[in-house]
Amino acid sequence: MNITRGFSGRPRVDNPGLPPGQYDAGDAWPVLSAEVTPDIAPADWTFRIDGLVAEPRSWDWEQAHRLPASAYEGAVHCVTSWSKFGVRFGGVSLDAFLDQVRPLESATHVVAYSHTGYTTNLPLADVTGGRAWIAWEYDGRPLPAEHGGPARLLVPHLYFWKSAKWIAGLRLLDHDEPGFWESNGYHERGNPWEEQRYSGD
Amino acid sequence: MPPVRFAVPGRIGVSEQEASVWRTATLTGIRRETPRVATFRFAVPGWPGHVPGQHLMLRLTAADGYVAQRHYSIASAPDDSGHIELTLDHVDGGEVSGWFHTVARVGDRVELRGPLSGFFAWPGDRPALLIGAGSGVVPLMSMVRHHRARGLSHPLRMLVSARSPEDLIYARELGPETTTVFTRSAPPGVPVGRMTAAHVAPLLAERPPGGWEAYVCGSNSFAEHASRLLVAAGQPVDRIRIERFG
Repeated sequence: MNITRGFSGRPRVDNPGLPPGQYDAGDAWPVLSAEVTPDIAPADWTFRIDGLVAEPRSWDWEQAHRLPASAYEGAVHCVTSWSKFGVRFGGVSLDAFLDQVRPLESATHVVAYSHTGYTTNLPLADVTGGRAWIAWEYDGRPLPAEHGGPARLLVPHLYFWKSAKWIAGLRLLDHDEPGFWESNGYHERGNPWEEQRYSGD
Repeated sequence: MPPVRFAVPGRIGVSEQEASVWRTATLTGIRRETPRVATFRFAVPGWPGHVPGQHLMLRLTAADGYVAQRHYSIASAPDDSGHIELTLDHVDGGEVSGWFHTVARVGDRVELRGPLSGFFAWPGDRPALLIGAGSGVVPLMSMVRHHRARGLSHPLRMLVSARSPEDLIYARELGPETTTVFTRSAPPGVPVGRMTAAHVAPLLAERPPGGWEAYVCGSNSFAEHASRLLVAAGQPVDRIRIERFG
């Protein structure tokens, strides 16, 4: 341990919900997207699931809203070290969409892609079983564009770069295919509890 | 709606093993830039090199093992000196920048890992249009310094926004490649106000054959403003790279 002379840091807070190397962002919600924020009207938003599924399909805004509503309340964690607690997202569980397309047994991974061309890869197991949502509401209001509105993928148990903004679709694969940040040195899975920030972590 | 393609740059030539290692860095110099901003120079044995625009992760450790880590853009151009420089704003209540600005002295050791990001990086191989505000100028200055140190021939232009001449980081170093915008106060005869389309238009008009690669860096609200100005002025969306300070 390399102790820094004269460094004491913030008052210690006992927060078992804070993963290693993270700090509580409090009321702030930083925006760190790499690309220009797109202007997508809900009426123009679409979401597709294809690849290794029995029945690929797309949903528009209205069709997606007819699926059973589901909410997430909890924490999100960014690879740049901030965590935010008590966030409330509303949308539909990704399981509801996946139930309609019926993933094949050979499907092991997904690539999630945005309407901007952003991509991120995840194991399929990380986006099923109640662990992922398509979210369009934050704190009871429409999700702002800079935070991914009209709709984003939400996978809160992994670093937040996996929660693709402006979500356009998911492609199911039988192998892992690095997405945008993963191709730029970030970890293929991104589990904050194991500090999987960069490749090789 | 067709997805907009945006640029994914080529892989940077640093092995994954190199970038995942925490290295000890020794503070060898502190240089004040403005009342709130200073540059910190470090000797980093084994530093694998970096591409202008990249950042690193830095951590401080308290005696009880408490760790604070933050990302900082590398201010210096790549060179063989075995040293790198970071330029830090003193953030109100910031636990890491606070330590740097009020406690740190030459000889102190910190840990850092990197370089990180193959996206907001300029390998010096294409014309560059750099737009930054406040400490957003830091990674852009790495590019400007690299351009000068290597005598690169690709055109490079920078547009920088600062509150006032006293708050303009690297003021002594900026040259004819840079246009400055002052938002709160300026010397007599110099306009004061936010960056506008009128600042961006001449730079787009000057674009070289093949166009500019644009790099935008600063706070989130600045990045939103500047990127919209660029898009409105005709810069292709997939040639705008943005680094937001949150």
